Amino acid sequence: MQTLRFRHTAKRRLSGKKDEAIIGVVASGNLEVLLERVLPEAACEVDIATPLSGYDETWKAVVAEFVERSSPGGLRISINDGGARPDTVYLRLMQGSALMEAE
Amino acid sequence: MADWQSEQRARGERLAAGSKFAAGKIVAPNDATALLEAVIRPKDRICLEGDNQKQADFLAACLAKADPKVLHDLHVVQSGIVLPEHIDLFEKGIAKKLDFSFSGPQSHAVPRVLKSGKVELGAIHTYIELFARYFVDLTPHVALSVARSADRQGNLYMGPNTEDSPSVIEATAFKAGIVVAQVNEIVDKLPRVDIPGDRVDFVVAAPKPFYVEPLFTRDPASITEIQILAAMMAIKGIYAEYGIKRLNHGIGFNTAAIELLLPTYAEKLGLKGKIATHWALNPHPTLIPAIESGWVKQIHSFGSEVGMDAYMRARSDIYFTGRDGSMSSNRMYCQLAGLYATDLFIGSTLQIDLNGNSSTVTTDRIAGFGGAPNMGSDAHGRRHPSEPWLKAGREAVDGHPQLMRGRKLVVQLVETFSEKMVPVFVEKLDSLELAEKFKLDLAPVMIYGDDVTHIVSEEGIANLLLCRTAEEREQAIRGIAGFTDVGRRRDRKMVERLRERKIIRRPEDLGINPLDAHRSMLAARSIKELMHWSGNLYDPPNKFRNW
Repeated sequence: MQTLRFRHTAKRRLSGKKDEAIIGVVASGNLEVLLERVLPEAACEVDIATPLSGYDETWKAVVAEFVERSSPGGLRISINDGGARPDTVYLRLMQGSALMEAE
Repeated sequence: MADWQSEQRARGERLAAGSKFAAGKIVAPNDATALLEAVIRPKDRICLEGDNQKQADFLAACLAKADPKVLHDLHVVQSGIVLPEHIDLFEKGIAKKLDFSFSGPQSHAVPRVLKSGKVELGAIHTYIELFARYFVDLTPHVALSVARSADRQGNLYMGPNTEDSPSVIEATAFKAGIVVAQVNEIVDKLPRVDIPGDRVDFVVAAPKPFYVEPLFTRDPASITEIQILAAMMAIKGIYAEYGIKRLNHGIGFNTAAIELLLPTYAEKLGLKGKIATHWALNPHPTLIPAIESGWVKQIHSFGSEVGMDAYMRARSDIYFTGRDGSMSSNRMYCQLAGLYATDLFIGSTLQIDLNGNSSTVTTDRIAGFGGAPNMGSDAHGRRHPSEPWLKAGREAVDGHPQLMRGRKLVVQLVETFSEKMVPVFVEKLDSLELAEKFKLDLAPVMIYGDDVTHIVSEEGIANLLLCRTAEEREQAIRGIAGFTDVGRRRDRKMVERLRERKIIRRPEDLGINPLDAHRSMLAARSIKELMHWSGNLYDPPNKFRNW
């Protein structure tokens, strides 16, 4: 099991009022994402626990792309990975932030 | 004196030789190999059907048992290299030369026999390209066909799997060739006549019903949320945008997802009756929910699909059926329909390069082409206008030219990574390496980049019609290539500019909520649910019955 942590400064606070959301499941090729609105305005922290090593650069790129496109300021995000492909990880992150933005 | 009847005389000799093993036209199964040794001559061109789906498997086994001292150097001209016996013919030296179209299940064996020098490869064709050559320079001397039943006059009933037979038999029979058919049974009266008996010389009742490969059954249980997301983009960003009514789908899970989203997601968008009404399509079980919900007006099919017979018979408003009530297919006609009468082809592929060329070839696998290059190409002989065709044509040019041709929409629907994290987007197709390895004159390309109008991945849609330079095209492709190396080497600024010009559109640009990318959006989530949708008329093959 490998753990990774990325810290970003987003462009702005993610809209919406939800404090917490969870999406996905820990299963082979899938992942579980927990999102918590616990950080200051623009801060964003992503913690990843993954069974596969050697994909640090890909994780870094996926998280950076997500922060760039959806500006998840204020969120701490914890990922429990089951060996998901980067496209699946990205979709889960987008789904998670959509849940947090829902009224 | 010139001899203008030599072919007919040779045919007479072959018939006489074969008749020793026949009572009228009927040949006993045990005599089938002897019959073939009598009517086929060394170096003959033979077509051993060999279609996309149905297989003359008994005749294939009989021919593979022939004595290579009697039958050798045959030139095989058939669309499908599907059965192990098709390969055996070359291993044993019975056949030498090969012109074909599709080799799905034998795609690993074909390069093996090529490498061993036992096959002299003519060319790999699309279906109608090979059928066309049957009438010009690859006319079979002998055709070994397959039907459900025959009567004693040799009339043949094909059932739903007519497929290639009419094209093969017409070319052979009218050029003094010999036609042999294997049938499941010989009956007094046929349900309908698909091939008139005067084109058929010999009939063999095979000990077992002929084999049909279930090629078009996609279990909805295996459709992923990534595929659903891309399917939603195709529906909203292409089908709705262009108003696509007449179309063809490939056989992948990606397009199966579209079929299962019509009665749900597309219905919610108010698209019923406005898109996806008329189809050139094999009988995909995953289209059943859309048919049952009243989306589909009409379907013509290349072939059939295992388990769909009773359903199609009961839905004759939708499918083409014979006077006996059973469905009727024809690969030549349906390929022509897909080429000239549809406005969109959408299918998946294994590799796409930076020009949009796509290929299903990998360095150790030659799968052939089948029909995709034909479906996935712009027909330059088309002259009838339609809204989608004109809109696509307008997008491809600037200003208002005095003369303009429309464009068929040719869409590649892919995931950025295929199984085992293999990237679909590549700098260079493996096909080039394969061509070098096997000294092919032409690197196999499934769909050429200049025919592709759109590429859809889970990251977005790239509209190649709107690109004006090679650089724009490359960046449009990189811009939807996700986290593959090709995608990560994008020029981010240029990609943003392409997005402003709607050359690239992301799910968020199309107003697609990522939370809708969920399996609950599929009209059926399992084979069993497809069966229920069909009122239990659909009878899935055993390998798909997992309950």
